[in-house]
Amino acid sequence: MPVKISDKIRMMTGNEACAEGAIAAGCLFFGGYPITPSSEIAEYLSRRFPIIGGKFIQMEDEIGAMGSVIGAALTGMKAMTATSGPGFSLKQENIGYASMAEVPCVIIDVQRGGPSTGMPTLPAQMDVQQARWGTHGDRGVIALTASSAQETFEQTIHAFNLAERYMTPVVLLIDEITGHTTEKVTLPDYDSIERVDRKRPTEPPETYLPYKYTDDCIPTLAPFGTGYRYNVTGLCHNETGFPTNDPKEIERLILRLTEKIVKNRHEIINCKRTMLDDAEIAIFAYGSVARSARQAVLQLREEGIKAGLLEPTVLWPFPSEIVLKIAEQVDSFLVAEMNLGQMAREVELASKCKASIHRLNRVDGSPISPPQIVGKIKEVV
Amino acid sequence: MFDYLPYIREWNFPHIWCSGCGDGIVLKALIRATDGLGIHRDEAVMVSGIGCSSRTPGYVDVNTLHTTHGRALAFATGVKHASPNLNVIVVTGDGDATAIGGNHYIHAARRNIDITVLLYNNYIYGMTGGQVSPTTRKGDRASTAPFGSIEPPFNISGLAKAAGASFVARGDVYNVKKLEKLIKLAIQKKGFSLLEILSPCPTAWGRRNKMGHPVQLMEWLRDSTVSMEKWEKMTDEEREGKIRTGVLHDVARPEFTDEYAKLVKRLKAEK
Amino acid sequence: MAEGAPASKKPAIIRVKLEWCKGCEICVTFCPKNVLEMEGGKVKVARVEDCTKCMLCELRCPDFAITVE
Ligand SMILES: Cc1ncc(C[n+]2csc(CCOP(=O)(O)OP(=O)(O)O)c2C)c(N)n1
Ligand code: SF4
Ligand code: SF4
Ligand code: SF4
Repeated sequence: MPVKISDKIRMMTGNEACAEGAIAAGCLFFGGYPITPSSEIAEYLSRRFPIIGGKFIQMEDEIGAMGSVIGAALTGMKAMTATSGPGFSLKQENIGYASMAEVPCVIIDVQRGGPSTGMPTLPAQMDVQQARWGTHGDRGVIALTASSAQETFEQTIHAFNLAERYMTPVVLLIDEITGHTTEKVTLPDYDSIERVDRKRPTEPPETYLPYKYTDDCIPTLAPFGTGYRYNVTGLCHNETGFPTNDPKEIERLILRLTEKIVKNRHEIINCKRTMLDDAEIAIFAYGSVARSARQAVLQLREEGIKAGLLEPTVLWPFPSEIVLKIAEQVDSFLVAEMNLGQMAREVELASKCKASIHRLNRVDGSPISPPQIVGKIKEVV
Repeated sequence: MFDYLPYIREWNFPHIWCSGCGDGIVLKALIRATDGLGIHRDEAVMVSGIGCSSRTPGYVDVNTLHTTHGRALAFATGVKHASPNLNVIVVTGDGDATAIGGNHYIHAARRNIDITVLLYNNYIYGMTGGQVSPTTRKGDRASTAPFGSIEPPFNISGLAKAAGASFVARGDVYNVKKLEKLIKLAIQKKGFSLLEILSPCPTAWGRRNKMGHPVQLMEWLRDSTVSMEKWEKMTDEEREGKIRTGVLHDVARPEFTDEYAKLVKRLKAEK
Repeated sequence: MAEGAPASKKPAIIRVKLEWCKGCEICVTFCPKNVLEMEGGKVKVARVEDCTKCMLCELRCPDFAITVE
């Protein structure tokens, strides 16, 4: 349980900060299934929700958990689930459903090592490509990450806002280290938090079209029970929400699912930059690895090596344009991650051979340390 | 004449079901039942999975949610838990509910959450062309049991009862008036209500099992279904090959959303 | 609603929506008074005067295609 230091300051784990962030975001529904290292999120909300008017349920499995979240979200609630690798795999079909039916919801993945049961209690970043491509079919994806308890709190709120704004499932990827490390979190005044709520129809039910084509590509789904009776399906559908076999309508839908994210990518994408302005070598790191990278940059600078750090807090859509710009400036990139190069592939693609790409990978369940990054950089410069 | 038009989405008709498919008969009984109960359409949510039967919600003018294969009850649980005032009806097939969705089926029954489940049992996977299902009878042919199924079928009503459902009944599309009455009872019951509806599939099941014509299937239902009252008076020998229809189980048990509300109240009082 | 209502003396009006009728023959076979017939794969009202308005054809038609008034 979080320890209260002052009115606004708590000592809490990343998982607790995530749960508290959900509450701050206005989330009132949690459907989950226990899995290490994410279970504390469910435990926290099972204590809090019955007191603050929220609904908690532990479902029979992750597939059911994801289904319950979508069902709740369609009644107008902000809804969330939390899991780790194996559970994230099980949720994929219904995450695809949420993308297709454009139901806003948040999925927290506290990453552990895989494949399979892998390393339940050890950190990894092996789900970043699963977050992008885990479900079948083409669609735009929003996935965020966080490197500390404080950031997890903030990114959870942000995840809800993006979900409601773009009518899509949003994934927040943290890892076991962030999830389980207790640190200081400064809580804002909850009344001052900027919360986004999905659009509501302004027209009467008779002329309402749930999936009406609009310039912003974002549909307006009325909560169930408010007098707008419409159909929600995972089948390809037209503006009315009913299934269609018309090739034109199908293409329009599938393109829109990607376009609504791609078109708005500049609003969604976000990167933190550390000492990049004059950097000759850029580290690309995210999640808990970014913390080690920050340390490494300071040390390298002390030693006269012009290193900088690009730290995306949004992994998908991928910040290709930003990476390319940096690639044009630096000699090389070092992509440090707790997997075998899942994001290095993206950096390579985005940098269009303008810089050489080096990789620092770790898959033994241990974190990547600052000295490791420093050592690797010295090796490559 | 009953006027169905105000309740259906006429522009989606004629519906996709084959000639003589029982699913259309159930749809009509369902509409009459909800009309009879005076259920407000804005407050009704119909949730289904994937399959021929699961296409039902597309034709009914309420809030409709056509989900993924087997998951209707999971989605419905979210809807009901989030908004207990909504009237949640799940429409599902035997494969949808008891094969791929079997886990949700037993756990929704165990929670006794106030959802009405209309389970269309056609003894087969209709939509995908007649593969064997958990309710295919031993010896019946299916596209994936070309020599006859060697597996014993599920007793899906018994399964719901054993798992904790507070209401379990069985109806069929030949005895339509009774079916309508059973749907009403299932909807009215607070708690998890399972109504198994025998709605045989002429195309994918009947054809392979010497009952290819819809009329033959209706005759089979007429001749093999017996009421509970009659069943009680029958000898084991007479019961051979017969199917009981009517209310099989009806008890009062604590309901999930009520229990959650009680918990909330208790915590408030303790504060 | 009409179901179960006592049969009135007025003669029945049976309507068939041919675009929706899929010719399953259920109404024809189970009409107790043999009022209906098949013709060209669709139902035809052959002996409307015999109809007792029992409504069974309407109730059992899977396709919302036949109504009795
Ligand atoms: C995950 C998944 N697996 C398989 C399918 C293919 N599939 C669609 S419907 C169906 C079976 C439907 O049978 P049933 O639930 O009995 O309904 P019916 O069509 O007989 O009414 C299957 C296997 C699917 N859509 N999704
Ligand atoms: S395949 Fe069978 S269950 Fe499906 S619509 Fe045709 S008759 Fe009905
Ligand atoms: S109402 Fe009864 S008697 Fe008249 S046509 Fe229909 S089934 Fe036959
Ligand atoms: S029951 Fe309906 S669909 Fe079948 S033949 Fe009669 S009118 Fe046509």
